[in-house]
Parts: sequence; C-alpha cells; structure tokens
Amino acid sequence: MPDGKRIRVLIAKPGLDGHDRGAKVVARALRDAGMEVIYTGLRQTPEMIAEAALQEDVDVVGLSILSGAHMTLFPRIMKLLKDKGLEGTLVFAGGIIPDEDVPALKEMGIRAIYGPGTPTGDIVNFLRENVK
Amino acid sequence: MEVATEEGLNKEGRRAGPVLAKNSSQAIISPSLAESRELADRVLAGDRRGVARLISLIEDDSPEACPALALLYPHTGRAHVVGVTGAPGTGKSTLVGQLARESRQRGLTVGIVAVDPSSPFSGGAILGDRIRMQELTGDPGVFIRSMATRGSLGGLSWATGDAIKVLDAFGRDIIYVETVGVGQDEVEIAATAHTTIVVEAPGLGDDIQAIKAGILEIADILVVNKADQEGAERTVAALQLMLELNHQPQGWQPPIIKTVAVEGKGIDALSREISRHRDYLQVSGRASLLRQHLAEEELFNLIRKTLVARIMDKLDRAELDQLIRDIADRRLDPHTAANKLIAQILE
Repeated sequence: MPDGKRIRVLIAKPGLDGHDRGAKVVARALRDAGMEVIYTGLRQTPEMIAEAALQEDVDVVGLSILSGAHMTLFPRIMKLLKDKGLEGTLVFAGGIIPDEDVPALKEMGIRAIYGPGTPTGDIVNFLRENVK
Repeated sequence: MEVATEEGLNKEGRRAGPVLAKNSSQAIISPSLAESRELADRVLAGDRRGVARLISLIEDDSPEACPALALLYPHTGRAHVVGVTGAPGTGKSTLVGQLARESRQRGLTVGIVAVDPSSPFSGGAILGDRIRMQELTGDPGVFIRSMATRGSLGGLSWATGDAIKVLDAFGRDIIYVETVGVGQDEVEIAATAHTTIVVEAPGLGDDIQAIKAGILEIADILVVNKADQEGAERTVAALQLMLELNHQPQGWQPPIIKTVAVEGKGIDALSREISRHRDYLQVSGRASLLRQHLAEEELFNLIRKTLVARIMDKLDRAELDQLIRDIADRRLDPHTAANKLIAQILE
C-alpha cells in the first residue's frame, strides 16, 4: 500500500577522497529515520551528482568530503543544480570542512555543515524540519 | 486555464494529497488537471525533470498522478521491458549496467528502474544500485531511477509498473527493471516485463535443490553470472538438467548464458538473446497474448489496491479494533469477521 511521501536523499562523495565510513553512517541513520537514501558512493563528479539528483528527484543532497577540495567542488555542484532547475533542493555537507570556510559555503546555498562526531539525530531533525 | 509554474509544482506536487484519509469526512480533492496535463506534456517533450517529478508523484500516490498517466497511456507500448531478477549477490546491478552500456552502443535509448527493499521497521531504504552503474550517469541516453518497495512484498514497488510507463512514453527504447531479488518476486516481474532474465551465480548453492523451482516458469533467459568462479559449470549443468526435465516441445527454449559482468564478458551474447526473444514474441504472435496477460494482471492489481484503500477509508476504527480483539480472543473467526465488514461496506 502506498504510504505517502518519503523524504528522498542523495548521499554523494564528490572528488577523489576514499573514506566513506561517515557517509555510510549518515545514510543508515537517515534510512532508520524512514527516509529513502540514494547512496551513490565514491568519486562522483559534480555533473554525476547533479544529474543523479535530477533523475532521482531528491529533496536533499548530502555531500561528504574529507579531502579539502570542497571550495572547488561545491560551487560547481551548486551551479549545476541550479542549471538543472534544482535550486529548491536542500544541500548539506559533512566531513572535514574548516570553520573559516563555513560562511562562504552557506553563501553558496549549503544549508548546514556537519563535522565529524555530529550526532546523526541532529541531521535527521534538521532535514525533517526543513524539507517541505 | 491556470499554468502551473515550476515552483507551483514543487510546492504542490511534492505535498502528497490527502488521497484517502482515514475516517475523514472531507471529499476527495479533485486534482488540478492543468498540472497533470503539463507534466504529461513535459514527459512527451523529453523533459527529464518532468519524468523524474511524475515518477515521484506516482510513488507518493499524489492526485496529479493518475490523470497524467491516463494522458500518457496511448503513448506507451513501444519500449521493450526487460526484467532482471535473481538472489542478492548474483550481480544483477552490474549486469544491468553492462546491458545498458551495450544497448547504448547499438544506439538505443535506455531506462533503468532499480528496486531495493524498504525497511519494514522504519519504512526507509538504502537505494544503492546506482553505484554499479556509475559511468552511465553522464549519458543523457540513460535514465536511471531507484525505487524502494514501500511495503510491497513482490520484489517490485507497486509504483514500478507506472514508472515504466512514464519511461516508455518518454521514448526509451529499452527499459531494464531490476528487482529486489528475494522471496517470490519472480512472479511479479513476470507480470510486468516482456522478457524476464533470471540471474544465478556459483557458490550460492549450485546444486539442483538450491535453485528455486519457480524460476523455470518465468525465466525467458537464464544467466550464470560470475562464471569465472569455482562451481560455475556445476550451476550451468544443474540448470540444463532442470530445463531438460521441464522440456516443452514447442515455443521458446530458454538459453543459458554465462557472464562475468564486472569484466563485460558474455554481455553481447546476452543482449543478442534479449533481442532474439523480442523478435520471437512478435513473430510467434505471443506478443499480443503477453500484452493481454499483462493488462489483466495490471487491472486486477489496481482493483485490489484501490478497493482495499476505499474499504480502509470507510472503516470505523473503533469497530475495527473491536473485531480485531474478538478475533485475537477467539470470540469470532477471521473469515466471518472479514465477510461481516465487507457486507457492511457493500450495502
């Protein structure tokens, strides 16, 4: 039986970093909170992430990055999402992101940034409250 | 006539309509036909975002979905629907990715629907099949949609059939549908696809008892994937023996194809068999019988789904709870209870 709307989340690791344990922890927590998580894994290009977000019609994109390349990759991702008409998608980020970069990322439209050790409940609550 | 803007669709389209709220006295809200028409037009015009949005509305059982599907239905029936089923670990996703690549090389446009199970506890799901199809994401000739079963037990989501229709109307030449791969799901894919592929792999139980009996009834093509592994020949031999025991003198003889999907081996041969089966369906006239069979399955599934929803909507929760208690305490047997409820509703 159909049970109404489910929040759909794309979890992606852009760039070349190969540490995906954090992304998997978040993916499982979101599943346990009743969300549908499209987990695309490692080495995603900005183009792959934006196209997957379009085809899967996700409400949320979660970007996990530990390599430090966020200031190069995230602007491209945000631009591609906009080009595809997906500017309404809620984008959040996690991983190793220095505090001093956070304002610039928020300026780009990234709604929340979660460092290592963030309780997954915080992410779940944020998404539930902010996905319309 | 109101024109639904992109934002309008985002705000309204994303919110699932009340549909059939339990014990609610409000009338079912009429869907905005303008929105449904716009979505249908976008699909027919090749707008990928429109396709993605409509599939979501179908999954959410939103009121715009059925009118849009009705508009698209005359434009369906062109695509070749290929179901791929098999136990977890047999390499279905990798195989589908390779088949899609091969289809693209032949100049076909491709749709892929990959189904993964929803958690029965949380209702959520991890949809991880795209991982095995990475390089296809950049190709506009491939549209991949991951779907969760959302409570359906047959290996597909109840919305899968309609998602396939959207991809068909969108113009995809071939649509691969990958099932969850456990339980009795082969039956459901056989009621949805034109060509059904059952994938086996060695080492998951390669003797004759371990291969599920039902697969021969629905498999048009048998694949032994991971054929480079120990035990592959035994698996092939076991399948051959089963085919001999079940030999039908006429009609399609399911071939057994060995593949090593991660290396792209055997994919050309498999693809040729898929095309050969499609040709067989057309030449033998079985295509039209199959279309009738699929239409019948679909009609009955929809009747079941709609009736149950309507019945549940009319039920008084307190009365239902009392009946449930009566059954649990053995004051009333389940059949009598069910018939009593149905009689009340049909009055």
